[in-house]
Amino acid sequence: MSVLVVVECAEGEVKKSSLEVATYGAQVAAMLGTTATAIAVGEATEANLAKLGEQGIAKVLYDAEPRLKDFVNNAYTKLIATAAEQEGAQVLVLANSNIGASVGSRLSVRLKASLATNVVELPKTDGGQFVVKRGAFSGKAFSDVVLSGDRKIIAVKKNSLEAKHDAGKTAEVVAFAAQLADADFADAPKQVVMQEQTGGVLLPEAELVVSGGRGMKGPENWHLIEELAQALHAGTACSKPVSDVDWRPHHEHVGQTGITISPNLYIACGISGAIQHLAGVNSSKVIVVINKDPEAPFFKAADYGIVGDVFDVLPKLTAAVKELN
Amino acid sequence: MKFLVCISNVPDTTTKISFTPDNKEFNKAGVQFVINPWDEYALTRAIELKEANAGSTVTVLNVGEADTEPNIRKALAIGADDAIRVNAAPQDAFFVAEQIAAVAKDGGYDVILMGKESIDYNGFQVHGMVGELLGIPTVAPAMKLDMAGTTATLEREIEGGKEIVEVSAPFVASCQQPMCEPRIPNMRGIMTARTKPLKVVPAVGDAARTQVAEFALPPKKQGVKLIDAANAGELIKLLRNEAKVI
Repeated sequence: MSVLVVVECAEGEVKKSSLEVATYGAQVAAMLGTTATAIAVGEATEANLAKLGEQGIAKVLYDAEPRLKDFVNNAYTKLIATAAEQEGAQVLVLANSNIGASVGSRLSVRLKASLATNVVELPKTDGGQFVVKRGAFSGKAFSDVVLSGDRKIIAVKKNSLEAKHDAGKTAEVVAFAAQLADADFADAPKQVVMQEQTGGVLLPEAELVVSGGRGMKGPENWHLIEELAQALHAGTACSKPVSDVDWRPHHEHVGQTGITISPNLYIACGISGAIQHLAGVNSSKVIVVINKDPEAPFFKAADYGIVGDVFDVLPKLTAAVKELN
Repeated sequence: MKFLVCISNVPDTTTKISFTPDNKEFNKAGVQFVINPWDEYALTRAIELKEANAGSTVTVLNVGEADTEPNIRKALAIGADDAIRVNAAPQDAFFVAEQIAAVAKDGGYDVILMGKESIDYNGFQVHGMVGELLGIPTVAPAMKLDMAGTTATLEREIEGGKEIVEVSAPFVASCQQPMCEPRIPNMRGIMTARTKPLKVVPAVGDAARTQVAEFALPPKKQGVKLIDAANAGELIKLLRNEAKVI
């Protein structure tokens, strides 16, 4: 019996969400009286994998097959399934990312496991049941879900818990070969295109987010959002109407039919706060709303608010951040 | 090409969510149900591809009880040719995936499309489960889908970018924006939808693997603290010293 954690890496580094997943997995292992092993996917360095010891991981399996550098659904599924069988994993933990959801859903069938995605807390195991809390109704509610069966797969929502850093602890990195065949790479991507992110901060992983709505009046004014985001090292986002009219790209749209995020700080600029938008952001820890309309519904969901013109307020905030830094 | 589009029946996006007094079930009273917005991308794209490829058909599939039929008819009005309803309340993602896989296998569908996830359960699981049950590739979430013969070219969203993926039918894709502009039914569509075939079939397969024990609403906010716009910089100090988030 053990806990297996799927760790996503890119350009040699372990993704921030995977450090959270590693922390989660190590804590589940401690609850079950066992150890946590990681299987790393993507491009990783041995030194960075060894550092997963800081999150409580005992051992890291890594298959250096070069074709595993980019995400290949079938190959990743087989790799992780092989590792799960070898380790006798009872609980598999991964990130609630596009990779995590793609392989997690296939693995749940292959390993005959029960699956919970969008999980926001550590499991409760009282009374012999295994219960996880997950986000539902697009951020408008939570549900406690009982996972039955001997095997469980948990996909942890990003930024739901803080990654632990026990400096100096290292994990043992072990070479792993899943004996993948050419056929396993049939659905390999023909091409991977990465987009330039504002200030290099990836929105789904961002701890701080500055977001704009129709109140920004046009894409030519977005430098005000970007300047504040850069000063804060924050990601940038937008509301649905803004991405619908192509002021901003679709991957920045947060809300019920965009992405749901739960950063530590969400600053909404010129967004009225329609219920569909709130659904995507209301699990943010602190919400700031800047809007010239004091009746904007978003103020009811906010922790801090400024009733004022975004074109006047944003430069002041950027200046104040720079002064503080 | 035979397209199978899976739709789910969800509370309208403006719904204020509440639960029954024991918090075990969603309170449906007074709630308007719609086709899951993500599924509308799958449906419209399938219809567009059908129109571009003579001889293709679009079948819409829903796992649900009789109360979902108005939205199935709506999908037919938008342009699907026929519909299948698996007569069962959807218990969990695996249960639904088993129904879809059984229908897909039985009907010999080439392309199985659905939305990225449902806006009520937010599982983002069914695509992969169906693909694995049928032993065919899955692409999730797909932002673009083009077909040339039996080969599909898709853009798959990854964190921070996209992958261009080529797969051969049969395959499963879970769809999201900006794949297409979802269509709404026109009068002619609504009239013809009334006579399009809607087949009701019984559920198959094993029991669900997960059960919802309890629902809860997010904790209420304490109330907003307003800062004077003339003194906006004060906010940054509060974020550092009081909220401790920067």
